[in-house]
Amino acid sequence: MSALLYQEAARVIGICNSCRYCEGYCAMFPAMERRIDFAREDLDYLANLCHQCGACYAACQYAPPHQFAVNVPRVLAQVRLVSYESYAWPRFFAAAFRRQPALIALTLAASLTFFFALGIAWRSDGFFLAHVGEGSFYAIFPHNFLVTLFGLSFVFACVALAIGAWRFWREIERPDERVASGATLAALKDAAALTYLEGGGEGCPESSTAPTQARRVFHHLTFYGFMFCLASTSVASIYHYALGRIAPYAWSSVPVLLGVIGGVGLVIGPIGLLWLRKVKPAALYDPAQSSLDVGFTSLLLMTGLTGLLLLGARASAWMPSLLALHLGPVLALFLLLPYGKFVHGIYRTLALVKYRRGY
Amino acid sequence: MRCDVLVLGGGNAALCAALTAREAGASVLLLECAPIEFRGGNSRHTRNLRCMHDTPEDVLIESYGEDEYWDDLWRVTGGLTNESLARLTISESARVRPWMRRHGARFQPALGGTLHLGRTNAFFLGGGKALLNAYYRSARMLGVEVRYDSEVVALEIAHGRFIAAIVRQGERTERIEASALVAAAGGFESNLEWLRDAWGPAADNFIVRGTPYNRGAVLRALLDSGAEQVGDPTQCHAVAIDARAPKFDGGIVTRVDCVSLGIVVNRASQRFYDEGEDFWPKRYAIWGRLVAQQPDQIAYSIIDSKAIGRFMPPVFPGERAATLSELADKLSLDRAALQATIDQFNASVQPGTFDHAVLDDCATAGITPPKTHWAQRIEKPPYFGFPLRPGITFTYLGVRVDTDARIVMNDGDRSANMLAAGEIMAGNVLGQGYVAGIGMTIGTVFGRIAGASSARLAQSMQ
Repeated sequence: MSALLYQEAARVIGICNSCRYCEGYCAMFPAMERRIDFAREDLDYLANLCHQCGACYAACQYAPPHQFAVNVPRVLAQVRLVSYESYAWPRFFAAAFRRQPALIALTLAASLTFFFALGIAWRSDGFFLAHVGEGSFYAIFPHNFLVTLFGLSFVFACVALAIGAWRFWREIERPDERVASGATLAALKDAAALTYLEGGGEGCPESSTAPTQARRVFHHLTFYGFMFCLASTSVASIYHYALGRIAPYAWSSVPVLLGVIGGVGLVIGPIGLLWLRKVKPAALYDPAQSSLDVGFTSLLLMTGLTGLLLLGARASAWMPSLLALHLGPVLALFLLLPYGKFVHGIYRTLALVKYRRGY
Repeated sequence: MRCDVLVLGGGNAALCAALTAREAGASVLLLECAPIEFRGGNSRHTRNLRCMHDTPEDVLIESYGEDEYWDDLWRVTGGLTNESLARLTISESARVRPWMRRHGARFQPALGGTLHLGRTNAFFLGGGKALLNAYYRSARMLGVEVRYDSEVVALEIAHGRFIAAIVRQGERTERIEASALVAAAGGFESNLEWLRDAWGPAADNFIVRGTPYNRGAVLRALLDSGAEQVGDPTQCHAVAIDARAPKFDGGIVTRVDCVSLGIVVNRASQRFYDEGEDFWPKRYAIWGRLVAQQPDQIAYSIIDSKAIGRFMPPVFPGERAATLSELADKLSLDRAALQATIDQFNASVQPGTFDHAVLDDCATAGITPPKTHWAQRIEKPPYFGFPLRPGITFTYLGVRVDTDARIVMNDGDRSANMLAAGEIMAGNVLGQGYVAGIGMTIGTVFGRIAGASSARLAQSMQ
């Protein structure tokens, strides 16, 4: 099955390599031109360079209904999915990438149930009452419990991601590759700026209209929203352990400000991405992975939305319920980081590093 | 139905004319005979236009002045060009790109494998189809009406004046009147009957590299209504392409770029031309005719593994064989004859220093035809063979125009309201031969001139 897919990808990329008109759109095409054969590891690498913007598909003289039926974004999306599966750790969880709806629903339901049940069990006296003042969150879920639970899930996710990344890198890196100075830094910049989501400068063709920067903007809001939330949590930990200041913090405090900015990004960004996913030509996407595309984004949206709600209603009797409602998606998000769309960022950054090395 | 300017065709020249006429205030209807997915004629397969420039510009390095451009055009056409139209094309080519950008065109530096064009040719980001997508978007925003699947079945022309077009769209036939007509509907290279008339039965073995929609209906109607002809139907631009290419629309990827690295034999396993006469970009255009002159219009480019990696990757992998006998079998050639040809060739190869980047000193001695550069023994397996056929790029037959893009009639008068742009009149400038990117330059320059002229004529009639 996947042998046929790689054969088809090699056929399509072979046509591109004879044509080369799309060279200016992104990194995938120049990387392709450095090769004349396309083995599995080459295609895994090229597939993870593709940002699926669709500029090449709109420009392709060989796109369907032409008999050559060249559809680079779709075939590379299919290869990407197989690459996520092949490099996943533990291997058993590779199955997760094609079972996203069930997996996300079950994980989310389980973690929500877990927090509600635990909260109600622990605070049978006050789960539906208002709690205010220093340590009010930890009156529901003890701080050490939260640190242990999320710390362990996060460490697990990092280990799983790191092993996947290492496997991927070992596969795509050639022994004769030398490190060009500054390549890693340049690649990180390409990833952080989404250089190759620009369609060669004018943006991505979202529909039949002129290319726009919409996808790039929404992705930035999502990614940097996520990073602001992470920063908010990190600063809060410093407050907690180093300064002895216990949450909740004032509206004007650094963790809350960072959290608000991040939360707003995590609401607007994912909504925009989900909207674009709906309006962009379906031909660009692999129909087998629409749930992979929207699942992780939806979890981010839930995280952002419930975080903002919790902040807004933290002085009310809704606080304990909203806390559980927020911690549920956060835990699900952490647990599923290595088994969903999040991995694209890791593999793409590594592919960009290889590209910046000149291979 | 009635409009100021009726544009026939949906490629680069047609869009340039439609946009310019609309910008000048005319109401414009554009009829494309292809369905929307295949709109754009042969422009879909293009990638650049040749531009004069006196100083380096964004994607154009150094300079390419008017005199050098004119010399290049003079040389490739062997003087078969109308100097005033050619010089107009050249000088306007320096001015068109800002206008193109306003309508959404984007440029990129010369592509990998085409760096020799970085000085003379501005490449479209994404190629010709991306350019056309931008033009069609701009046309929609400006209010140009575009209809697809619309085939012209007849033109009503009286005394050199266009009156109406009869247009079929699916089941429906409509008569469309217009104050001015822009004919930008390409040549006739995908009309197989017309090709057979001109070329005889050999034409059946030709492959058409571009759109299947250039059937020459508009060209035929104009010539039949008294438009003066330029060029003759037996002339076409043809290159040697992979015989396994589809009959139509294979475009650029079907080219075979390894001819100069090996030998080429016909179906009798005989060589017939110096494969190393000059750099391939300067020679590929003669190989279409060379192959067309061989029995059954087929030939085979044969290389050994030394050549791998030295040429643009082909879209169809070569037939691969460990021995020459196996290769002969795979190509349906006679084993002994192929072996003899290669033995004779190998024996004639003289010592030299191989360098594919220059006209090196690797040549044969004592065989006919000789191979004058890059001659290396074919001895290192695996061997590869690529079947070749003539692939037609475009035809030169067209209608005569003046510097306003007005069609000139057989009596020598200019048509009252008919203009032409693009491949249908390119023969005025390009009587024979080809120089990369000139087709798109002619289409852009004369498309804009025709658009402006048609709007002016339409206004003066009201």
